[in-house]
Amino acid sequence: MFDYRTQFGTQYQNIFNRIQVRGPSDPGAPLKGDLEANRVGKPFHSYLLGLIGAAQVGPFYLGTCGILSIVCGFIAFEIIGLNMLASVNWNVWQFIRLLPWLGLEPPAPAYGLSLTVPLAHGGWWLMAGAFLTASIIFWWFRVYLRARDLGLGTHVAWAFAAAIWLYLVCGFIRPLLLGDWGEGVPFGIFPHLDWTASLSIRDGNLYYDPFHMLSIVFLYGSTLLFAMHGGTILATSRYWGERELELVTDRGTAAERGAIFWRWTMGFNATFESIHRWAWWFAVLCPLTGGIGILLSGTVVDNWYLWGVKHGLAPVYPAVYPYIADPATHLKSILK
Amino acid sequence: MMSMILAPFRLMGLLLGATVGNAPRHPWKTLGLASAVVCGLVVWGLMSTLQTLPVNSVQLGFRGTGVIEQYNVHKADQLLAANTPDAQYAPVAPAGKPASAVYKNIQVLKTVDANEFLRLMAAMAQWVQPQAGCAYCHAVVNMASDAVYTKEVARHMLLMTQYINENWRSHVGAAGVTCGTCHRGQGAPKYVWQFTPPPGGYHGYAETQSGEDAPSSAADESALPYDPYSPFLLNSAPIRVQGYTALPSGNRMSIEQTNWTYSLMMNFAHSLGVGCNYCHNSRAFSVWDQSTPNRVRAWYGIQMVRALNRNFMEPITNLFPRGQRGLSGDVAKISCETCHQKAYAPYYGAHVVAAYPELTHSTNGSPPATQTMAVPKGAPFVLPTMTKASSIQPIAGPKEASLSVPVSSGSVAQPVGATP
Repeated sequence: MFDYRTQFGTQYQNIFNRIQVRGPSDPGAPLKGDLEANRVGKPFHSYLLGLIGAAQVGPFYLGTCGILSIVCGFIAFEIIGLNMLASVNWNVWQFIRLLPWLGLEPPAPAYGLSLTVPLAHGGWWLMAGAFLTASIIFWWFRVYLRARDLGLGTHVAWAFAAAIWLYLVCGFIRPLLLGDWGEGVPFGIFPHLDWTASLSIRDGNLYYDPFHMLSIVFLYGSTLLFAMHGGTILATSRYWGERELELVTDRGTAAERGAIFWRWTMGFNATFESIHRWAWWFAVLCPLTGGIGILLSGTVVDNWYLWGVKHGLAPVYPAVYPYIADPATHLKSILK
Repeated sequence: MMSMILAPFRLMGLLLGATVGNAPRHPWKTLGLASAVVCGLVVWGLMSTLQTLPVNSVQLGFRGTGVIEQYNVHKADQLLAANTPDAQYAPVAPAGKPASAVYKNIQVLKTVDANEFLRLMAAMAQWVQPQAGCAYCHAVVNMASDAVYTKEVARHMLLMTQYINENWRSHVGAAGVTCGTCHRGQGAPKYVWQFTPPPGGYHGYAETQSGEDAPSSAADESALPYDPYSPFLLNSAPIRVQGYTALPSGNRMSIEQTNWTYSLMMNFAHSLGVGCNYCHNSRAFSVWDQSTPNRVRAWYGIQMVRALNRNFMEPITNLFPRGQRGLSGDVAKISCETCHQKAYAPYYGAHVVAAYPELTHSTNGSPPATQTMAVPKGAPFVLPTMTKASSIQPIAGPKEASLSVPVSSGSVAQPVGATP
């Protein structure tokens, strides 16, 4: 077999390479007018980063949105972190040891949608949420504007917007519809996972939520597509399949082989363009549908299992035991 | 084929810097070694958290619904050994006279036969404090004296034991309870609960009092609320969070309240050494006719523990010296684990009370003079749906002919309302 890699001795831009190409630093495309001032930092090369991607680090584009995003994000990070630290008596060792457990909880449901919740009872959560949301929105604008200034499409920004939709549904829109911030997601590793489990339990089992089902389909579908696409490109890289520049002018044997591999395997192949649309839509639809599923929970559907029974979704299994009554109502009816 | 077999060895050779076949010495030697050591440590660390196989399962519901109970064979052996009841004292010939006619200052066991009374006293010493024996409760120079505080406590605990066996057959069944069910040879039962201050203390404006977000020993070291006892096993906060209709119809329970219920359920599972599916079909936690009969029994258990904590434990708070009480001066209280001790039924359902019939009913005319105690007298009646259900309980529980239901008086824990 003719191996381009052996023949030309070019092994780079791969995780398993031995050689890192170190040319002069690439400053990137020139920016319009006064935007050039936003480009900061002297580029340098990192061997370790070169193992997993491009070895060149920088220059960075800071800009107004970038600065605002970092400042807001830092404030949110500090509010959350310092409250966690206070909850372990300012003990740094305990903070490290217990970090997965620590959290910052939203106000109790009794506070409703009040914006003047005492700090110790959820006020910090409101503030951290506001700053984190601002940070995320500023970052979105940054992603959008960077793409525009480089003359790119805004696909990444809209994919990010899909994730922001899910974030806003969980922490802002759904609490707003239900009338209390207490429905919001706590900050913290285990606490936010507990929120997830409790949301599903409270709303009668999210597995019967059809939008949750769709979200899972797109989540698993994304991993499948990612594996197929990544596998195809890595498999064809011995014919320069990963070298976009060359493939623009000459599809060459790599693209051909990749396509024919899938036609032989499953009778159909995505194209070099369409595979990215498949991947983009699967990834974007995962949080979009998931967000809809969360939004409907507790607002227009109260018990997803019973909803599933109502619509023939949940199967009925034969009884194993004689009828088991609710002892609370059973007692009441007998005592009457 | 041969190259495939040799590939892993060649890779190892590369990492170790050895020359295997025509593979060259590799400059990654150090990196490879370091990675191997780190990976090895991580794998070893993860492996050390795993249990030793085999894990067996018992089917509790319809096939395919996942209503199964899993148990590790090795742990089951240890648990069985740890939950074997003490040997029973041999029956004694009756003296023909009640204890109150023979001994002075008898307040609780008045009508018990004098010989049986002595037998029970000996058994109690074994159950509660075998090392100290009689002296744990009695001033041995004068056995009738009430000088030692534990004697008065023991009277209340005897009343409680009789109350449980007489009025809460819906939970304890024919197996019943003795002092040993909780004490297991220790003066203070091992698994009790007291009010615990939050781990962080109070820090002005910082949010440190959320009741959760710290390792919760009550809820199996999760970040769920760390005191599910006070609201649910002392007070009667609503436990049910799921609605009864597909579409909203007034269920106002929050995710926050669900966290508390979740914590309580974790505590149940931890205390009984079971999973959710011992009682529930997890696809619909709230639906009774998809649950196992164990859930009905557990429901009575909640009501029982509330009644015991309110009517027996809290009233005797002042009998205990300060050092025996919690940080806020409260008495040690009961949870599921107090009796169950990680077994789905205490002593795995052994009928421990059968040999001590005086513990199954009241043996005094009136409660102790030192305090008034509202012990509700039950008007037991048979709950028809439970009779058959309990008889096919898949993990061998005690099989009783009928289960009686205590009717609560005003001072006893009320059942949770039927509506959330």
